[in-house]
Amino acid sequence: MSTLTTRVRASWSSYPLVRHLVTAAIALVVVIVVLTAASDFQATKLTEMAYIAIAAGGLTLLTGLNGQISLGHGALMAFGAYTTALLYDERDAGLPLVLVVLIAVAVTVAVGVLIGIAAARLHGPYLAGATLTLAIAVPGLGNQFKDTLGGDQGLRLFVPEIPQWATDTAYYLTGSDPSRSKYVAFLAWVTLIIVFILLANLASSRVGRRWAAVRDDEVAAEIAGIDLTRARVSAFVVSAAAAGAAGAMFALAQRTVSPLGFSLNLSLTLLAIVVLGGLGSLTGAILLSGVLVFLPQFVQDLGAGANIDATRASQMATLVFGLTMVLVILLAPRGLAGGLRTLRAKLTSATSSRGGSHAGPSGGSSGGSADSDPDSPSSTETAAPRGNSSDPTITKKGTS
Amino acid sequence: MKRHLRGPKAPVVGLLAATLVLAGCGSGGRDGDDGEGEVAGDTTSVTDDSITIGGHYPLTGVAAPGYSEIPVGAQAYYDFVNDNGGVNGRTIDFIVKDDAYDPSKTTAVTDDLVLREEIFAMVGGLGTPTHRAVVDDLNAEGVPDLFVSSGSLQWGDDVANRPTTFGWQPDYEIEGKIIGQYIAENLPDAKVGLFLQDDDFGTDGESGVRQFLEDQIVSVQRYTSGNTEIGPQIAALQADGADLVIGFNTPAYTALTQLNGLGLGYSPQWFYSNVGSDPTLVGGLLANFSEGAVDGAGALDGVLTTEYIPAVADTDSEWTKLWNEVWDASGEDGELTNFKIYGMSQAYTFVQALVAAGEDLTREGLIEAIEEQGGDFAGPNLAPYRYSADSHLGISGMRVAELKGVASTPLTPVLVTDIGDAEIVEDTSGQDEDGPAEGGIPQ
Amino acid sequence: MLQFTNTALAGLVLGMIFAAFALALVLIWRSTRILNFAQAPMAVLTTYIALVMIEDGQSYWLAFVVALLCGLVLGAVVERVVIRPVEGKPDINAVILTLGLFIVFKSAAEVIFGTKLRTYPPSFGVRGLSVGDTTIGITTSDFFTIGAVLATMAVLVALFRFTDLGLKMRAAANNQEVAKLLGVKVGAMLTLGWALAAVVGSLSGLLIASGGLVQPSYMDSIVVFGFIAAVIGGLESPVGAVVGGLLLGFSLSFVSGYIGAQLVALVALGILMLVLTFRPGGLFAATQGRRV
Repeated sequence: MSTLTTRVRASWSSYPLVRHLVTAAIALVVVIVVLTAASDFQATKLTEMAYIAIAAGGLTLLTGLNGQISLGHGALMAFGAYTTALLYDERDAGLPLVLVVLIAVAVTVAVGVLIGIAAARLHGPYLAGATLTLAIAVPGLGNQFKDTLGGDQGLRLFVPEIPQWATDTAYYLTGSDPSRSKYVAFLAWVTLIIVFILLANLASSRVGRRWAAVRDDEVAAEIAGIDLTRARVSAFVVSAAAAGAAGAMFALAQRTVSPLGFSLNLSLTLLAIVVLGGLGSLTGAILLSGVLVFLPQFVQDLGAGANIDATRASQMATLVFGLTMVLVILLAPRGLAGGLRTLRAKLTSATSSRGGSHAGPSGGSSGGSADSDPDSPSSTETAAPRGNSSDPTITKKGTS
Repeated sequence: MKRHLRGPKAPVVGLLAATLVLAGCGSGGRDGDDGEGEVAGDTTSVTDDSITIGGHYPLTGVAAPGYSEIPVGAQAYYDFVNDNGGVNGRTIDFIVKDDAYDPSKTTAVTDDLVLREEIFAMVGGLGTPTHRAVVDDLNAEGVPDLFVSSGSLQWGDDVANRPTTFGWQPDYEIEGKIIGQYIAENLPDAKVGLFLQDDDFGTDGESGVRQFLEDQIVSVQRYTSGNTEIGPQIAALQADGADLVIGFNTPAYTALTQLNGLGLGYSPQWFYSNVGSDPTLVGGLLANFSEGAVDGAGALDGVLTTEYIPAVADTDSEWTKLWNEVWDASGEDGELTNFKIYGMSQAYTFVQALVAAGEDLTREGLIEAIEEQGGDFAGPNLAPYRYSADSHLGISGMRVAELKGVASTPLTPVLVTDIGDAEIVEDTSGQDEDGPAEGGIPQ
Repeated sequence: MLQFTNTALAGLVLGMIFAAFALALVLIWRSTRILNFAQAPMAVLTTYIALVMIEDGQSYWLAFVVALLCGLVLGAVVERVVIRPVEGKPDINAVILTLGLFIVFKSAAEVIFGTKLRTYPPSFGVRGLSVGDTTIGITTSDFFTIGAVLATMAVLVALFRFTDLGLKMRAAANNQEVAKLLGVKVGAMLTLGWALAAVVGSLSGLLIASGGLVQPSYMDSIVVFGFIAAVIGGLESPVGAVVGGLLLGFSLSFVSGYIGAQLVALVALGILMLVLTFRPGGLFAATQGRRV
C-alpha cells in the first residue's frame, strides 16, 4: 500500500500533465453535476463566471508569471467576441463551433502579437498606461466602423442549435432537454477546462520557467540565454489567446456584442481578479471570478430583502465590491489562493510534521511561496527559475 | 504527502457515485410528450392578488443622473395604484435592476428578472444599446417587453420579428421630421447646424431632419457621451456659420452647449429635441453660473423644442396635478421632476394595458389588448399611440414649443406622422384634451 | 481662423486640466512609487465638499481652500491607514488597492451626494474674452486654471530640485534603506507625499469642476487622459506632465473640432504609442522606467 502511494505520489508530482488531466476529468464531472442541478438563471451566472475566469487565467500567466501588467485585457476579449459575432451573424451560419472559437482565438492572437511586440519594451507604469489607453480606444473602433461592426448597438449573433448528440446525452443523464443557457454554460466550462489545462501545462513547462525567470531577474535571465523580448511577447500572445477564447464565450453567452460591453471596467475587473485571487494562481483566478460574479448579486438581494430602494442597493453593492478588493489586499496580500494556502498549511502543519518526506520529489517550492500546493494548478507559482541548470542552448531554441 | 491525494480522491468517488445515481435516475430515453395539456396562455407570475414586472435602468455610473429617477416615478405611480386596490384586484410588484448602462450587465439583470424573478413583463427598460442586447431574448421567451424607454425605431417597426416589444415615446425619426418640417416652413433661410449624440439617437434624428432640411444644413458635429469637452465642436458650428442649431443631445449637453456658446460668444437659435430640453433641470443647472451671465429660470428663453407629454411646469394640466398628487402620496424625498413624470406616464400606460387585458391576465392577452385598444388609450400622451397588429411604435407625434422660463408656449398644434415618408398632419383625435381617469387610475 | 484660434484655446485649457491631474500623479509617483488611480474619486469627494459649502452660502474661495485642506487630510489618512500596509509588498498590490479605493470613493460619493447633476460655479467669468468685435474662446476662469496649473508645476519643480524636503521625499521613495541610514523619516515622507499629491489632485478636481457640471463620475475621462499625459511626460517630471497634458489637449481638441470626436481615444493611443516607441520612459524620463 505504501509503495503504491509512493508511486502514485511520484507520478502525481513529476508528471504535471497527468495531474492536470486527472484534475480536468474531475472538473468535467463536477461541471456536469453542478449544471444539472443548477437553475437556468444560475447557469447564466456560471457562464459569466467561466468567461471571466478564462480571460483572468490568461492574464494570470502574463501578470503573475511574466510580470507584465495589463489594464487592457477586456479590449482583447472584444476581438474574440466581435470575430465570433461576425462569423455567426445569421441563423444557421453552419460553421462548426470549434472552428469559430479557434478563429476567434487566432484573430486575438494576431492582435496580441502586435500589442505584445509594442509592449515588450515597456515597463511598469508605462505598460500600464499603454494598455489602459488600449482599453478605452478599442471600443471606439466599433463606432468607427459602423457598417461592419454595428456601431454603438453592436452586433447580434445567433448561437448554433444544440447538436442532437448533446441533447440526447443530456436527456439520458438528466431526463430533460438541456436549455440553451445550460448548453452555453457547458460550452463555456469545457472551454475553461481546456484553456486552464493548457495554461497550467505551459506554466509548468520550460516556457513557463523562462517567463518566470524574466519576471524575477531580467539580467540573470538574459545571461542564461533567454531572449527577453521573445519571452515577453510569447507570454502576451498566450494571454491574448485566452482572452480571445473568453471573448468567444462572452459573445455566445450575451448574444449581442457592443462597444459598451468592453468598458475599462471589464479590464480592471480582470486585473483585480488576478491579483486578488493570488498572483500567479490559476485556481485563485477561478475562485475570485466566482466571487466577483456572485457578490454584487448577493449584496443587491440583501438590500432588496432589507427593503432598501434599488438605487441605494446598487450603490451599496458597488461599495461593498470596492471594499472587498481593499480588504483582501490588506488582509491577504497574496490573494485568496495565498490566504487559503496559509490557512491550510496552518491547519495541516501538525499532521504533516509527522512524515519527514512531505516535500516530495518535486523539491517543493523554489522562488514561489513556501506553502504552494501541488494539488492545484496554482503550483505554477513554483515555476520560478528552477532552470538554472538547464542547458542554455535548449533554452534558446525552445522558445515560442 | 497524504494530504495531496486526499484532495482529489474523495470527491472523485463521491462525484462518480453522484453521476451514476443521476444516470440511473435519468430515463435513459424519451417517453414521448410529457402530457401536459395546452393552457390558454402564459400566466407567469400572475396570481389572484399580484403580478410581478421588472425593468432595467442605469442606477449607478455615468448615465445615472436623471435616468435613475425614471423608475422612481414609475414606482410612485404603482404604489399609488396598489394603495387603491391594484388592477383587477392585483397589486403590481415592480422590480428595478441596475445595469449601469452596460449591455452585458443588461443581459445579466434581464436573465435575473426573467429566469429567477420570473417577471410577467419587462416594462420601461431603458436605453438603446442596453435594451438592444436583450430584446430578442425577451421575444424568444415570449415575455412582453413593453414601453421601452428609448426613441429608437427598432422597438416598433418590426412586429413580425419582435412581436412582444412595444415602443412608447415618439421615435427620434418622427421627431426629426417634425422639427425639420417646422424649420423648413417657418425659418427657410436659417443655416442649420446639427449637434448630435454619436449613436442611434443622433442618427435617427438626423435622418428625420434631413427629409426636410437637406439643403439648409451647413454643419454636422457629434459628441461622444461621457466626453464633456465639446468646445471644439461648438467652435466648428460657429465657423461653419450655423445660425440655427438642432441638438439631439441629453440635458447635460444642453447645459454644456449653452456654456460653451457663452464662452465663444456664439448665440444661434437653439432647437433641442425633447430629450435635452428639460427646462427645469437645465435652467436649474445654468442658474448657478454667476455674474448674471445666465439667470437660471430664463436661461433657455427663446429656445425651441418639442413636447409629447405634460411636464412639471405645466401646472394647469390635470395630468401634472395628478403626478404631483402621486408624488406627494409616495412620501419620497426630493422634488417631482420631468424624469419622474416620464416614469409615471409610462406606468399609467401599463396600467391602462392591464385594464384592457381584463381579469384573465395572460401574456398573450396583454399583447393583444395593446394591439387592439392601444391606439385609443386616453393617457397623458398628447398624440395617440400607433399600436396595432402591424406597428408597435409609440406616441405618434408632438408639438413644437418655445421655452419661456420653465414653461413653454406651443407654436404648433399637435402634429402626428409616422416613420418613412408618411405625411405630417395635424392631430384631430383630441388626444391632448384628455384628462386622467377618475381617481387617477384607468378603469 | 477664428475656429482655429478657438480650437487651439480649447485645447490649451483642456491640456492644462489634464496637466493638473497628471501633476498629482507625478507627485505621488515621485514620492512613493505608486500610481494612484483613486486620485480622481478622492478629488470628486473634496470637490463635493466645496460645492455643498458654496450651495450653503459660504464664500467661493473659503470652500476652495477647505477642499484643498480636506484633500491634504484625506491623502494623509489614506496613506497611513490603507497604503502603509502594502509598502514593500509587490507593487501590483498597490495598484489593485488604489483601484479598489477608486470604486469605494466613487460609490461613496454616489451614496453621500447622490447622482444628480449639479453645476459648480466658475472661479471667475464664463464669457469669452472680447477682442475688438469678436469673442475668442477663453474666459477669465480659464486664465485662472492655466495660472494655477503653471504655479503648481513651478512649486513642484522647486520642491524637488531646490529644497531639502524634496530631496528627502525622493530619497524615501527611491531607496528606503539608504534614506533611513541618512536619517530621513521615511514614513513621514511617504505620508507627506500622499497628502501633497491629494492637495494637487483636489485642485485639479476643483479646476475641472468650476464652471462645469458635476456628478460622481465627472472625472472618469480625466483619469485616463491625465494618466496618459503623465506617462507621455515621463512620470518623473512636473514639466513633463504639463507638456504631456498640452500635447494631448491640443491633439484631442483639433481631432474633435476638425475630424470627429469618436476618434479621440484612438488618437490618444496613437500619440502614446508613438512617444513610447521612441522613448519607452516618456518624453522627460530621467532614468529608465521602473517596474510596477
